[in-house]
Amino acid sequence: MKKCSILLLGVMFSLAGCSGEANNNVVKVYNWGDYIDESTNRMFEEETGIKVIYEVFPTNEEMYAKVSNGNATYDVLIPSDYMIEKMINEELLTKIDMTKIQNYQEIDDDFKNLPYDINNEYSVPYTWGTMGIVYNTSMIDEEIDEWADMWNPKYENQIFMYDSERDAIMVALKKLGYSMNTKDPSQLEQAKQELIAQKPLVLAYVGDEGKGKMENGEAAMMLAWAGDAELMIGNNPDLKYVIPKEGTNYFVDAMVIPKNSENYDNALKYIDFMCRPDIAALNMEYIGYSTPSSAARELLPDEMKNSEVAYPDLDLINKEMFTDPSSMLETYSRIWTEVKAASK
Amino acid sequence: MNRKYLITPYALWSFIFVIVPLFLLVIYSFVKTVDGQVIFSLESYTKFFDPLYIDVLLRSLRLAFITTIICFIMAYPLAMILNSREFSNKTMILILIILPMWMNSLMRTYAWMILLENKGVINNILNFFGLPTKQFLYSEGSIIFGMIYNFFPFMILPIYTSLTKIDNHLIEASYDLGANKILTFRKIIFPLSFPGVITGVIMVFMPSLTTFMITRLLGGGQVILIGNMIEEQFTRTNNWGFGSALSMILMGIILVSIMFFSKNETLAKGGSLI
Repeated sequence: MKKCSILLLGVMFSLAGCSGEANNNVVKVYNWGDYIDESTNRMFEEETGIKVIYEVFPTNEEMYAKVSNGNATYDVLIPSDYMIEKMINEELLTKIDMTKIQNYQEIDDDFKNLPYDINNEYSVPYTWGTMGIVYNTSMIDEEIDEWADMWNPKYENQIFMYDSERDAIMVALKKLGYSMNTKDPSQLEQAKQELIAQKPLVLAYVGDEGKGKMENGEAAMMLAWAGDAELMIGNNPDLKYVIPKEGTNYFVDAMVIPKNSENYDNALKYIDFMCRPDIAALNMEYIGYSTPSSAARELLPDEMKNSEVAYPDLDLINKEMFTDPSSMLETYSRIWTEVKAASK
Repeated sequence: MNRKYLITPYALWSFIFVIVPLFLLVIYSFVKTVDGQVIFSLESYTKFFDPLYIDVLLRSLRLAFITTIICFIMAYPLAMILNSREFSNKTMILILIILPMWMNSLMRTYAWMILLENKGVINNILNFFGLPTKQFLYSEGSIIFGMIYNFFPFMILPIYTSLTKIDNHLIEASYDLGANKILTFRKIIFPLSFPGVITGVIMVFMPSLTTFMITRLLGGGQVILIGNMIEEQFTRTNNWGFGSALSMILMGIILVSIMFFSKNETLAKGGSLI
């Protein structure tokens, strides 16, 4: 889900070329980097004759920065739950005519009526997943099953944290037994102290480059998204993914249509197409994340279909979803700067 | 008279891509939004005067300063060697210096990451010979290393250029008048190459002060520099005001340091890239 900084550069340069499109029969899609099997875009073009103009973003916040000021117009966006909530609140999204999305029935009930879009008016789920710890069983003998393990001095300089304030603070809050959406200053202060205390043990705060390093055994454990973990385990069977018992972040990335979309009907067709089980299966097989559609899951190869990494029993996890963080961003940023500025 | 119009495309170019963005930066840094109303505010600047952020700035200045000094110490003798008459392979060496610049610096930094990792190429070789793994990455040292590697050409090229422009007759005259090598260097060669040195210093100091990619890749995100802070304001915190104010402060620092260096009149004369 969180994609890397190199893409940022790529996106910035590709911006220059995206204006002045003369062709009317297009759909402009803005998605996470490396978050689709691009052949499905070609298939959509062949089936419908609608040209897909495809761009990528590295974080929800960057997507928001670009879309919210109205300078860029897209037809389909694929942000995460809390960002959808924020965009609905700010009236940046338009309602989706679900009667036109025939494949919406393929989406499981678990992924309908979620808090960010309680009446299923604005969004159609694309993927979902959890965050947890990936660890290397050839370097760690014991069972890792809680966030506190990332604070174990035994693993000094063997831990990769994610270079993202929100995810790091989530981990610290969960370790302390608090809600990751807390706005309580004293709880956040404790989380900050936890992260500063953890710093001497952390080898590096990584972005996407951490995945390859982890596969190579550069570190013994790493904070990771389930989808990334799935791919990493595919490359190194010694790795194992665990959802810590203190609880974790559970996210849904969903397709939405921004208010200033110029090709509403094409957007509906695109969303419908991406929900089709065979297409969804192609995408999930490529990106490694989990599909919200059982029909699509059935079409996946066995090891993916039955993967406990990608499809944990949702009832057993102590899970929480991020809510709109807008009012907290300054606080998170300050906490993170303090953690980063602390001496190792 | 007509020739004046030839400047129009360049003027237009700098207006659109330099003046306008700069202007936006100034505006963003001086306003804030309250209840949908955009009002004038110095908040972004006052926010900066916090020991936390000052500390980040000082650290960035320190690392940029160390990088610049080391680059200079390495580059000047090499430029002298390249410029000496006895040395015949200068084209080869110059090409070797410039060649890596044909590749994207991000890729080169990634390459260093792979070489220097704990499980990287160099450590594998060390281990092969029975030597223990040495942790090269994830520290201030590795950030400085990455900056020196990336910005070294910007130091050597202007110094070399300014050395080549020195009229040999001046040096010969110096010897004829009885000066030894050291005195000639001090009184003739170094002062005449000074514009190149200034350019080199500026060209290394500026990108070192503002880098954010090297900090992340080679520093393992362990250290936060002012470049990272600015990036974060725009990409994650969505506080463009503070990000702009930080950029303005940084530009101010760079401007002051350039003015400080260029007080020396030689900058106005040839040999300089600026």
